Amino acid sequence: MILWWIGDVVLLAVVLPVVVYLLRGVLDAAKSIVPSVQQIAKVAAAGSKDLDAAALLLTTQDQVSKTVAGVANYGGSLDVILDDAR
Amino acid sequence: MTPVLAFAAAGAVMIFAVGLIVVALVYYLVSVIVALRKITAGLDETIAGVAEIVQKSAPVNDVVTTINEQLDAGVDLLEGLLVKKAGMTDAVGLVDGLYPGAAATGFRNLPESTTIKAPRIGEVYTRGTLTLARLGREAPIAAGNPAGAALRDPERGSLAARQLYPETRQARPASMPRSPVIGTDAPVQYEQRDDIGAPRKRLPAAR
Repeated sequence: MILWWIGDVVLLAVVLPVVVYLLRGVLDAAKSIVPSVQQIAKVAAAGSKDLDAAALLLTTQDQVSKTVAGVANYGGSLDVILDDAR
Repeated sequence: MTPVLAFAAAGAVMIFAVGLIVVALVYYLVSVIVALRKITAGLDETIAGVAEIVQKSAPVNDVVTTINEQLDAGVDLLEGLLVKKAGMTDAVGLVDGLYPGAAATGFRNLPESTTIKAPRIGEVYTRGTLTLARLGREAPIAAGNPAGAALRDPERGSLAARQLYPETRQARPASMPRSPVIGTDAPVQYEQRDDIGAPRKRLPAAR
């Protein structure tokens, strides 16, 4: 009989607070992740939008190719026109 | 208190305590589930954004590599042309005059250029002269050396100016290529336009 009451006291005074403490810690940890994940999602969306100009690299590539070809032609002409250094 | 009532009270307290624990478990676990669902939704958005980033940045590597290769070829071409036309020492001095400190780096394909002491061209020539030299006008940049002749010597101005031109003109050859012949007796005849010499078109009269 006395052991039963002792068990009740332990259940109420020890087990219940420990369970509540542990569960609260898990809940706080889970809740603390939510804003971080939301910020990461915003940053990923912004990063994706920043890369919209990456398609213009194809135009840049074409322009660089044409420019280098023009420089090569100009350099070839200069090589013919100008004398070499002595 | 009778033993039966004492047992019943102890059992009731036990049931109450277990009930409290179950309620706490349900409350906190449901809260954790809600938070985890928010995290899942946020991660879904993140994955979508990251997938877009991966998709958009996929061709960047190849394109940038190609651009760099072409630019490297252009730089090699211009450096080689500069060294060929101006000479290694003057080329290094010219580059160092335009971009101070660049002589220490030297030319990429010419490792010996790093060992050359750059002449102080920038102290003798104006920026415009250096620009002309950079454009391949053959300015006498070698004279930029303090030990050598100055470009802007008033007594030898014409000589200095003539030195800007290729060697073939400085040697004063007996014959130079003639100017092209024009007119009806020209060796090269071009197709005549039909509208030349025809009556001029008249615009409709104003009312």
